[in-house]
Amino acid sequence: MTAAMRTMSVDQPSAHLRVVSEQSAPSTTSGINLSGVSKTYGTGDGKVPSLRPLDFHINDGEFFVVVGPSGCGKSTLLKMISGLLPPTTGEIHVDGNKVTEPHGDVGIVFQNALLLPWRNIINNVLMPIDMKNLPRADYMDRAKQLLKMVGLEGFEKKLPWQLSGGMQQRASICRALVHDPKIMMMDEPFGALDAMTREKMNVELSRIQRTTGKTILLITHSIPEAVFLADKVLVMTERPGGIAAIYDVPLGRERTLDAMANPIFIDLVARIRKHFMTNSALD
Amino acid sequence: MSEKKAPGSVSKLLNASWLRPFVLLVMIVVGWDLAIRIFNIPAYQIPAPGDVVKVLYTDWPELLAQSGPTTYATLLGFLASAVFGIPIAMLIAGSRTVESYVYPLLVFSQSIPKVAIAPLFVVWFGFGIVPKIIAAFLLGFFPVVVSAVQGFKSVDPDMVDLARAMKGSRFRVFCAVNLPHALPAIFSGLKVSVTLAVVGAVVGEFVGSNSGIGYVLQRSIGTFDLPTMFAALVILALLGVILFWLVDRIERFAIPWHVSQRADVFVGS
Repeated sequence: MTAAMRTMSVDQPSAHLRVVSEQSAPSTTSGINLSGVSKTYGTGDGKVPSLRPLDFHINDGEFFVVVGPSGCGKSTLLKMISGLLPPTTGEIHVDGNKVTEPHGDVGIVFQNALLLPWRNIINNVLMPIDMKNLPRADYMDRAKQLLKMVGLEGFEKKLPWQLSGGMQQRASICRALVHDPKIMMMDEPFGALDAMTREKMNVELSRIQRTTGKTILLITHSIPEAVFLADKVLVMTERPGGIAAIYDVPLGRERTLDAMANPIFIDLVARIRKHFMTNSALD
Repeated sequence: MSEKKAPGSVSKLLNASWLRPFVLLVMIVVGWDLAIRIFNIPAYQIPAPGDVVKVLYTDWPELLAQSGPTTYATLLGFLASAVFGIPIAMLIAGSRTVESYVYPLLVFSQSIPKVAIAPLFVVWFGFGIVPKIIAAFLLGFFPVVVSAVQGFKSVDPDMVDLARAMKGSRFRVFCAVNLPHALPAIFSGLKVSVTLAVVGAVVGEFVGSNSGIGYVLQRSIGTFDLPTMFAALVILALLGVILFWLVDRIERFAIPWHVSQRADVFVGS
């Protein structure tokens, strides 16, 4: 039934597009594995189902993008994988370990940069180190290096409000990377930025992922952004959220903005958009 | 008005922002004096500013001595409202259960006029400093709690999630995120609280005390010594202003990053 559902509103896939309906024996000891994970908010009569049972697997080092209409439970999904929110049913495993509490091996980037206004940039980047009670001195070089990587060299002593929105968001990406987590979770990280900055940030993020080899789970509203960044795109249905389809993106790792003119890119964007058109649910 | 090439040093001085309240004050005092002369107001109704100044000048050792106990009671009451108010606000903001039990009762208790129950403290604790401190505390307590609750509650839940996802302990997250975030609200509550604590201390002195500015006030009302009464009011106002200013200074030192303080950051950097 699930397999039928996933291809329901989609034409027969073209040769270069593979709908990953059943994954071939996902490894349970590496990557992120979700089995039967669902979430229902509230109790008694006020029960609001947010997510239908989900089963999928994210491999190590994969750039995994979730795209879906607003209110489909994307952020809930991210919080559950981070261990901030317990699932109502099902289990989440990261590297074979069941997630029951925040596991610390993740870096999170939200839509807002959420920098602490009383800390300067370098101290904001070092915040995970303080939270984990690790020696700051060991990570100072790494923090500076990360800031250099995202073009914020020389801004270490500035306070957040002295930086533009795009710069703040880049600082928050450094913060998510400073403790060298295996996984990076991004909840509409560029949603608050203007279109031009957003494209730049996409290219930068793509480069960061290539150079660091992190597993990235990114959530977005934007279909082109999803396809541009992803190795795999998970398309979600309307609330309560479920899996409409999972697509491989056969565009190779090295991507520039030119990739957006690639017929495969255009085809895939159109195909994903169709999911929402038929449900007329894209806000 | 004629155009000036460059503002003179006198007009520059008159435009200095710290001088403006004094300029207004002088205007009010002049208006007050004129009104008494024009409308022939008798001295037992409103004293002339000159008489008040005379009392301030001749009786200042007495007034200074009497303002000692008032200041002492105000400060202790104010400190007590900070020491008790902030942790209670933390509990209220941190737990819905605590909030539902405590908060309505707190508002309820706040509606009881302190002047009405102040004599009770005299009955319980005698004519010493304790009833004054309690009165100052009771008046100063509420604004601290209300502002601090609002401050603790206005923390972005995503920010707390972020810190929790970094595997920070509850205490660590609280110190790094919640507390600094609540500080601006706490300070605005403290500023209201410190001026109310002065009122509280005077209320305490009104109902049962033989020292303090409140005592001077009541004694001078009893003998229709209006210049002394007004002089006492001036002292009280000064006390309130000085304490407010002190809290304001501490605030600048504690939260230099906040929007309301940013002009200073620029000057400092």
